[in-house]
Amino acid sequence: MANSDAIVGWKTITFGCHILEPGNAANFRTGDWRSQRPVVDKEKCIKCGMCWVFCPDMAYNQDEEGYFVVDLEYCKGCGICAHECPKDAITMVPEEG
Amino acid sequence: MSKRVGIEVSIAIAEAVGLARAEVIPAYPITPQTHIVEHLSEMVANAELDAEFVPVESEHAAMSCCCGSSAAGARTFTSSSAQGLSLMSEVLYIASTMRLPMVMVVANRAMSAPISIWNDHQDIMIQRDTGWIQTFAENGQEAVDLTLHAFRVSEDRNVSLPIMVNIDGFTLSHVIEPIELPDQEDVDRFLPPFKPRYKLDPRRPITMGPVGIPEVYTEAKVAHDMAMKKAKRYILKAWNEFEEIFGRKYNPIESYRTEDAEVLLVTMGSISETAMTAVDTMRDAGQKVGLLRIRLWRPFPGQEFRRAVGKTKILAVIDRCLPPGALCGPVGAELRSLFYKIPGSPKIFSFVAGLGGRDVTVERFEEIVDKARAFAKKRPRELYEVIGVREK
Repeated sequence: MANSDAIVGWKTITFGCHILEPGNAANFRTGDWRSQRPVVDKEKCIKCGMCWVFCPDMAYNQDEEGYFVVDLEYCKGCGICAHECPKDAITMVPEEG
Repeated sequence: MSKRVGIEVSIAIAEAVGLARAEVIPAYPITPQTHIVEHLSEMVANAELDAEFVPVESEHAAMSCCCGSSAAGARTFTSSSAQGLSLMSEVLYIASTMRLPMVMVVANRAMSAPISIWNDHQDIMIQRDTGWIQTFAENGQEAVDLTLHAFRVSEDRNVSLPIMVNIDGFTLSHVIEPIELPDQEDVDRFLPPFKPRYKLDPRRPITMGPVGIPEVYTEAKVAHDMAMKKAKRYILKAWNEFEEIFGRKYNPIESYRTEDAEVLLVTMGSISETAMTAVDTMRDAGQKVGLLRIRLWRPFPGQEFRRAVGKTKILAVIDRCLPPGALCGPVGAELRSLFYKIPGSPKIFSFVAGLGGRDVTVERFEEIVDKARAFAKKRPRELYEVIGVREK
């Protein structure tokens, strides 16, 4: 799950396990234990952004065309976006392999 | 000049916390600790102490509040006992691995059920493995001195660990003793202002207490363990500095009449005074008996303890705690582990006494020594014996 920076020994781990660099969560791939991923059907999508609003991990970003695209490095596959999508444009598909 | 006054030990501890210039005191009252925090709240209310007294809604909140206060860089004090201490339990582990300096005086009390407000060491032994430094006082003066020492050690940047100072409930907390309260000037010299290594500061944001994923949890815990082991050096150093300023000398293990001893009693806390009287009585009767008192319980001073035992062949270890289903009391288990398979090590016999406020008299100590001598000749059937228990 963690990137290699986090793999430290007891002598080098930060004092009290504090995080001394604010906002460093972005450095960690937190979505690699996902069991299912959201797949957006662009035919149905109306670019309302409800997935972006409800995503608890802020894994959705808007692309140049205005569609909301999930960043799979952070998506944990919870399915909230699929549940909230008013057009049923998002399907949760099992991860394989 | 500091002066010696007749004062209740709890009040004297509160005065020492005042002399230490504690800045935040989150506390919840519980017998027999109440007088300490009650007096501190009076001191704050009377503007004798410039501190924030937080009357929290539970001990869990008290310890959580202590964590926040210490993390923000304030000198932090609280106190508790028994069920209250247990309610703090989960937060105690958080304070220590997060390396948050703070001082807690624990007025030791039995754990219910049956409901008991009286003294033994069951409450603190539950918290043995919380990763706090733990010391035990024998008398009122020592309770005051260990409280001041605790601030010095806890806030030492080489240590940065919380400390529990244990005082026996009622036996110490509620008695009036002649106690020398030090001068403010000397305390200030001994105890510089608290400068934590890291603190919560919006100008330099950091995160304290993040998730420890499996890849780092072990390392975080080992770092804590190593910090505890390293702390011993600074605990001893602070006692030396204490002696230089206040003239009273403290050791991790206290020896009493151990020269040529055939049997050594091993105790913690205030029953050691009765044990000393017992040793005197037995020495007068020609018995070679001495006493070792454990003052520093965590980190355990193994080296010092082995040195203090010397060539004595029989140890009679008294636990004031009965863990049901265990092989013996925690102090007995610690010492058996310390001497396991070491050539020439003493025979260790474990006794449980003084539960829930029952007195351990001079006669009981004599009985313990007699039993230990008998056990050394003929191995007992059980790994420990409860002293003074009625069968019918």
